[in-house]
Amino acid sequence: MNRVLGRLPQGPRTIAWLGILVGLTAFWVALPPLKLRTPILPVVIGLVAIALGVYALRAGVKRLGWGAIATGIGGIGLGYLATRSSVGHLDQVVVWSALMAAMLRFATPLAFAAIGGIFSERSGVTNIGLEGMMLSGAFFGILAADKLGSWILGLAIAALAGGLMALIHAFFAIHLRADQIVGGFAINFLALGITGYLFIDIYGGEGTPTDISEIPDVHLGFLESWYFVGPILGQLNLMIWLAAGTVVLAWVVLFKTPIGLRLRAVGEHPRAAETVGIPVYATRYAAVVLSGMLAALGGAYLSIGFVNSFNQNMTAGRGFIALAVVICGNWRPFQAAAFALLFGFSSALAQRLPAYSESAAVLFQALPYVITLIAVAGVIGRSIPPASVGRPYKKQ
Amino acid sequence: MSEQAPPEGGGKVENPRTGGDYAPSVAARLALWHKAGGLAVPLLTTILAFFIGGLVVLVTTGKNPLTTYKAIFEGAGLNWFLEVGSYEIGIPFTESRVWFPWDTSFNSFAALNLQQTLIAYVPLVLTGLAVAFAFRCGMFNIGGQGQYLVGAVVAVWIGSELPGLPGLVHILVAVIAGALAGAVFAGIAGLLKATVGAHEVITTIMLNYVALWAGAFAFGLGGPLQNDNEGGESVPVSNDVLDESKLNVFWGDPVLQGLHVGFFVALAALVVYWLTLNRTTLGYEVRAVGFNPEAARYGGISVARNYFLAMAISGTFAGLAGAIDILGWQFRINTNDVFTTTIGFTGIAVALLGRNTAIGVGLSALLFAALNTGTSTRNLDPEIFRPELASNLTLLIQGLVVLFVGADVLVLYLLSLRKRRRTVRTQE
Repeated sequence: MNRVLGRLPQGPRTIAWLGILVGLTAFWVALPPLKLRTPILPVVIGLVAIALGVYALRAGVKRLGWGAIATGIGGIGLGYLATRSSVGHLDQVVVWSALMAAMLRFATPLAFAAIGGIFSERSGVTNIGLEGMMLSGAFFGILAADKLGSWILGLAIAALAGGLMALIHAFFAIHLRADQIVGGFAINFLALGITGYLFIDIYGGEGTPTDISEIPDVHLGFLESWYFVGPILGQLNLMIWLAAGTVVLAWVVLFKTPIGLRLRAVGEHPRAAETVGIPVYATRYAAVVLSGMLAALGGAYLSIGFVNSFNQNMTAGRGFIALAVVICGNWRPFQAAAFALLFGFSSALAQRLPAYSESAAVLFQALPYVITLIAVAGVIGRSIPPASVGRPYKKQ
Repeated sequence: MSEQAPPEGGGKVENPRTGGDYAPSVAARLALWHKAGGLAVPLLTTILAFFIGGLVVLVTTGKNPLTTYKAIFEGAGLNWFLEVGSYEIGIPFTESRVWFPWDTSFNSFAALNLQQTLIAYVPLVLTGLAVAFAFRCGMFNIGGQGQYLVGAVVAVWIGSELPGLPGLVHILVAVIAGALAGAVFAGIAGLLKATVGAHEVITTIMLNYVALWAGAFAFGLGGPLQNDNEGGESVPVSNDVLDESKLNVFWGDPVLQGLHVGFFVALAALVVYWLTLNRTTLGYEVRAVGFNPEAARYGGISVARNYFLAMAISGTFAGLAGAIDILGWQFRINTNDVFTTTIGFTGIAVALLGRNTAIGVGLSALLFAALNTGTSTRNLDPEIFRPELASNLTLLIQGLVVLFVGADVLVLYLLSLRKRRRTVRTQE
């Protein structure tokens, strides 16, 4: 017990985190279910957050302190706007249970691809090709589910396709020692060309049929009557639960097993790893192929679990957001999952915001990308990549 | 292998002289090839990519890939060059005419198609240069797409407003504003890289999507830049560029989209690119940072400043591409254009295949312009190959080119394998 308490952050850092939380509260009180209509309370709470931030700043906690101040200012601004907006709009946009459920749906493909990215980068291979591997998974998943009539085979074929794309990337990055960013980018081009070509060739102008075998939802009947949790978790797609499991499993494998230790060693100092007898090339191949398979599962969830159709370039940059998730999450599964949820939430919000303005609906679509940009810029100094990521290794 | 080599030319390049007791690696020998201006590897790369593309055509459709490629070749109007004769051409700004081997009257299909190819060539050169310039500073600018879009948006906005401005001034203002918009947009990524070290690949991609949705919003229904034509409220398109701010057409019929003077801007940009990099202090510093940021910093060069400047200059090229496309032949932009344009991405393939050199970019842009035009619905004979398929084939070939260019070591690797096997045999 003492060990746990001792590891809790203490002092000014805690104050700064408290400031960030208070800043969020300033916004929250103006939203459903509280819906306070007076702007005074958000302003007061926001000022408290700013004060906490200033205190943390004076104690030398710069980044978090500024974070608390920014959250306080944001909380005042957004809270004030919320008290000005009509109750009808608020009730329409901020439906917490629906927002949370949508957040999980949007975060799932990101989580799969990000976990894949973590494996690849932890082994020392940059994987910009996540986007292409996702897209391959999305297309070949729906193709197999359609032609073979089973979503299980769809997932299997998707993983196979993503794994093959990753194998190409791995061969060029590991054996040919090509620039990994250029190689990964080529994978994106290739995937776009291959899936687009086959999609037109097989499905033509009509698009994918509507009677495709889909990944089923998991009904948890006993949950459905629970307050708040029921509507969120009661009926989720199987892949969302699998994604959660993958995150936990990835953490266990990476940080609690010898395999994970070896994989990380290869990504930090390949020469040292080879000296103690770890096969560097084989480890990297395995990690990159695994990353492709995971990214492809995320893509397959998009096509046969989420929207149940395919169109050209349907991943629309999600692979790149997953890459940002990897970086913001400091190459750690749980932190990455937290960021995947953040981006999932911004996508979910973007989907509901058009209630405010029809014409600005498209503009809200940019929200997840803007948040990614801010997050990458804000977090980058604190995240430390694996020492040898992006560097080809030459066997001795 | 401890220091990350600059990504110039895409491949990992080692200094052969610092190799120590290692035998010069494949990559080191490749670096020498680059210096020798090796044309062989890009050529082989292209041929290999076309070969695999041909296999795809053969396997999936059973059609003869050569007929398909010939149709694309003719769709691009490149057969115009094959009909050599004795003709005359006027020299711009004069009345005199001189002898010319090709027929410049614009009544043949080949000439019409070639004009289309060259119109597509202009933005590809510029976005290719944008990517190449950032590469020379050790950065991968994937944001050509977004920078092209903001350039186009600003150009269409200025080009359709401010009536009464003299034509040339109007054009200059619109073009410069478009280029500046691209510079500012790319500058954000450069600034983030220089100050907090955010990787430019991620920031530029995110900026691409910001530009895309912002553009879709600007011209969408109810957007601030939507047209004010009568009954145009339901059409998501911008205003038309005013007649006096359109670029002159110097070859072909203006009504049928002839070739505009932006072509010369593209050619001039190639020269400017070469001059900036090789004949100015700025270019020297940019290249020094690209080769080795640590060494450059040690030598007194501000790495952060050069990251920002290189990115801004890179964005200038891409923004220029957008502005010239608008004033040259598009004249308006609708939300669908915003979503479907891939010029920024093709620019990456152009730069990589062109080895980030001025001449290389000039040549590879022609290849991709011809591929894009040759596979468009308007130019490709649908009896021979479905254009929707062919445009994806273009993407595939682009991907293969980038893949092989990124690892042109492949070619040398195969060569070295053969050599090694031969020496083993002689030892036996």
